[in-house]
Amino acid sequence: MKSVVNYFKEIYFGLRSLITGLRVTGHYITHPKEIITQQYPENRDTLKMFERFRGEVVLIHDEKNEHRCTGCSACEVACPNGTIEIIHKKVDVDGRKVKALDKFVYHLQMCTMCGLCIPACPTDAIKMANTFEHAVFDRSKLTKILNKPGSKIMDGIK
Amino acid sequence: MEETITTALESQEYFINMGPQHPSTHGVLRLVLSLDGEIIRKVEPHIGYIHRSIEKMCEHDSYQQIVHLTDRMDYLSCHINNEAVCLAVEMGLQVEIPERVKVIRTIIGELTRLSSHQLWWGVMGMDLGAITTFLYGFRDRELITDIFEETCGARLTMNYNVPGGLMFDIHPNFQKRTKDFVTYFKKKLPEYDDLLSNNVIFRERTIGIGKLSKEDAISFGVTGPTGRASGFSCDVRKHYPYSAYDRVQFKEILRTEGDCFARYQCRIAEMWESLSIIEQLIDNIPEGPFKAPTKAVIKLPKGEWYQKVETARGEFGVYIISEGQKSPYRLKFRSPGFSNLSALDHMARGCKIADLVAIMSTIDLVIPDIDR
Amino acid sequence: MKALYDFSYLTSAIHEWLSSFLSPNGVLITEMILVGIAFMLFFAVLGLVLVYAERKVSAFFQQRLGPMRVGKWGTAQTIADVIKLLMKEPVINREADRFLFNLAPYIIMIAAFMAMAALPFAKGLQALDFDIGILYVAAVSSLGVIGILLAGWSSNNKYSLIGAMRAGAQIISYELSVALSLLTIVVLTGSLQLSVIVESQADGWWIFKGHIPAMIAFLIFLIASTAETNRGPFDLAEAESELTAGFHTEYSGMKFAFFFLAEFANMFIVSAIGATVFLGGWMPLHIGNWQGFNAIMDYIPPIFWFFGKVSFMIFLMMWFRWTFPRLRIDQLLTLEWKYLLPINLVNILVMAFIGLVGWHF
Ligand code: SF4
Ligand code: SF4
Repeated sequence: MKSVVNYFKEIYFGLRSLITGLRVTGHYITHPKEIITQQYPENRDTLKMFERFRGEVVLIHDEKNEHRCTGCSACEVACPNGTIEIIHKKVDVDGRKVKALDKFVYHLQMCTMCGLCIPACPTDAIKMANTFEHAVFDRSKLTKILNKPGSKIMDGIK
Repeated sequence: MEETITTALESQEYFINMGPQHPSTHGVLRLVLSLDGEIIRKVEPHIGYIHRSIEKMCEHDSYQQIVHLTDRMDYLSCHINNEAVCLAVEMGLQVEIPERVKVIRTIIGELTRLSSHQLWWGVMGMDLGAITTFLYGFRDRELITDIFEETCGARLTMNYNVPGGLMFDIHPNFQKRTKDFVTYFKKKLPEYDDLLSNNVIFRERTIGIGKLSKEDAISFGVTGPTGRASGFSCDVRKHYPYSAYDRVQFKEILRTEGDCFARYQCRIAEMWESLSIIEQLIDNIPEGPFKAPTKAVIKLPKGEWYQKVETARGEFGVYIISEGQKSPYRLKFRSPGFSNLSALDHMARGCKIADLVAIMSTIDLVIPDIDR
Repeated sequence: MKALYDFSYLTSAIHEWLSSFLSPNGVLITEMILVGIAFMLFFAVLGLVLVYAERKVSAFFQQRLGPMRVGKWGTAQTIADVIKLLMKEPVINREADRFLFNLAPYIIMIAAFMAMAALPFAKGLQALDFDIGILYVAAVSSLGVIGILLAGWSSNNKYSLIGAMRAGAQIISYELSVALSLLTIVVLTGSLQLSVIVESQADGWWIFKGHIPAMIAFLIFLIASTAETNRGPFDLAEAESELTAGFHTEYSGMKFAFFFLAEFANMFIVSAIGATVFLGGWMPLHIGNWQGFNAIMDYIPPIFWFFGKVSFMIFLMMWFRWTFPRLRIDQLLTLEWKYLLPINLVNILVMAFIGLVGWHF
């Protein structure tokens, strides 16, 4: 007798648990307001990343096309992946030859966005930008020169 | 003649390759199964498909750089891995860490654990055929990744810890967002029970499947929720408190059944505990610096240090041997997934293929963690 | 307009028009061809609509939007998918049994076609009105399992074979429950002919008229038919997370699409049978002798009633699929032999008693 009761109990509780599950999914299909999909390329204009989001390394330029990079290579050393390559040139300052930045080469394909290069820079010349649409058809396009053509170092930065 | 008949009727074991590309091995794990019909006779895990020699790489990197490599091991508990390395280095440097850092690390560590368990819950449902749970798990996890993104700058591989403290201070919105999340998730967690825990099909699929006794759990070195479901009290947060775990009240979840359902319940209960830990700490973040002053080039003195932490999968250990250089002489990670995987064969023998999937998802493997 | 309520006007008009210039045999052949084309078109449209519906419904269950890009609200998504599948390379692995491998999808499709022939879509819209309609549908709809077994066997893939074997065990067991739960209603109608069953529900659907036994039968039918169509939570034959894709792991391109289409067609067929037997088929909702209400209901053309009921059944099946975890093979068989079958047998006895005493309405 007991087993018979158990048999029906099992069926009853089994069905009840199934109905509880159905209620949860049923709730969501009847509440289309709770849909969380974001339609990405369409919402490009309104999509805003958080300010700290690390998308790529950029060299900060002001409106006079000047940057703050002295070419000290601290970021190159701090980077674990060899992403940054600083190429130097010699410039004449007051008759003395000093090292200065020629090219700031940034291999985006090797960057892990760890952010270690940013605090390493003594002059705060670089920062992480929020851009994230990095897909390109040719890998060589990922190697970027970050200092803009014709840019020069700000006055007073050593 | 007679002989051929008997051999023809004898059942024969056959082999099946499950993985490295298989939907439920969650990565590039390859299992060679010996099957008799659908019954599993033997499981032979083959690992190494995603080996990146992280330990070797660590021997060339500075201590700051090592941290971001641990993100890539158990990427679901990345913050906790980072923390382990940082704690080990700090132990070697003997620097005193500001209280603020400790509390923030604990909160974010618990958020990481929550997000890992949410993902596990979703994937577990999916492995058992309830695809909708996958989306629900991700829906809730999304809020945590938002918190991470706002404060740490990345969603998954956050690299928020540095030896000596944190990379930057928490975002002003951090507390509010976290509190919002806790209230939200407290409402959603019962839904998890409705969808899976109480579901009769789910219970039938998990109760009594893949049993692991306490003795076996200890001898295989199974830790984390998988070990605690077998009654092995191994919560590092409780037994060797680090960061701010010594000042919060929480229960170590223990079960004795050791089956899939016990492991499942362990994780669900841990989510509740994590929520309560976060609640205790979120309003009590002490003021202070977010980083202890350290040198730009960290050199550990000659010596050896071991630091273990509790990740979402179990005990994660970092063993550093230093020769006084700016990178370690040898660095060894004790990853929980590796030991947990070793018990798979023991658990799965005699089960069906469908049970193997359930067992695998309750062990909650992350393959890069195993292969390193 | 009248033809919308009774399709026999339309069909007899076509028949007379054809008879005016063709011999009787010619008329028969032409009509067969016409019906065949009509069914094929219907099949294609059905596939398109149901695939879209499944994707949208599952999306809404999961708080997603589903396909949104191709066409307004993604309505052209399935067409795009079909084009993609048509362009795909049909891969056959080296050790496969090519003949059986190519044959399998067609067997499944043919089984679905044959079952479709007996469905009463609306008044006078039925290709074949057998006097053993239900028996026929139950018989041919289980033919599909041969296709599944062949597909699994000929693929020369162990996953496929396991999937096929599971499907075999599953469909053979659940066939019983489907047939028995339908018989529960046949006890009351006294006929296996589908059109007669529909007519007998003019004063109320069997699920209401047959009291609790009819409801139990409906529930059993729902479970068993979900299992028979290999849909979740009974999708063991495919079991994506266990067997990668089960019996159609090795199929690609259009042959894969056939399996896919057949799954949806089967879903439609079992829903249609369920709607016909339990929910009155194309018969509008009538309540006893309440004339006013019945007249209003009659305004809605029967074909809409039919498709409305079928959609309801299909929605239920989707709801199950997107909520429940999958069963294990031994639990599946336990459910059938330990629960559904005994309950079903007792249920038939009770129903027979009710029918004898005349307690039903
Ligand atoms: S973010 Fe990390 S990997 Fe990228 S350039 Fe900076 S230090 Fe190198
Ligand atoms: S970016 Fe900063 S750290 Fe890097 S080379 Fe320039 S000044 Fe030095």
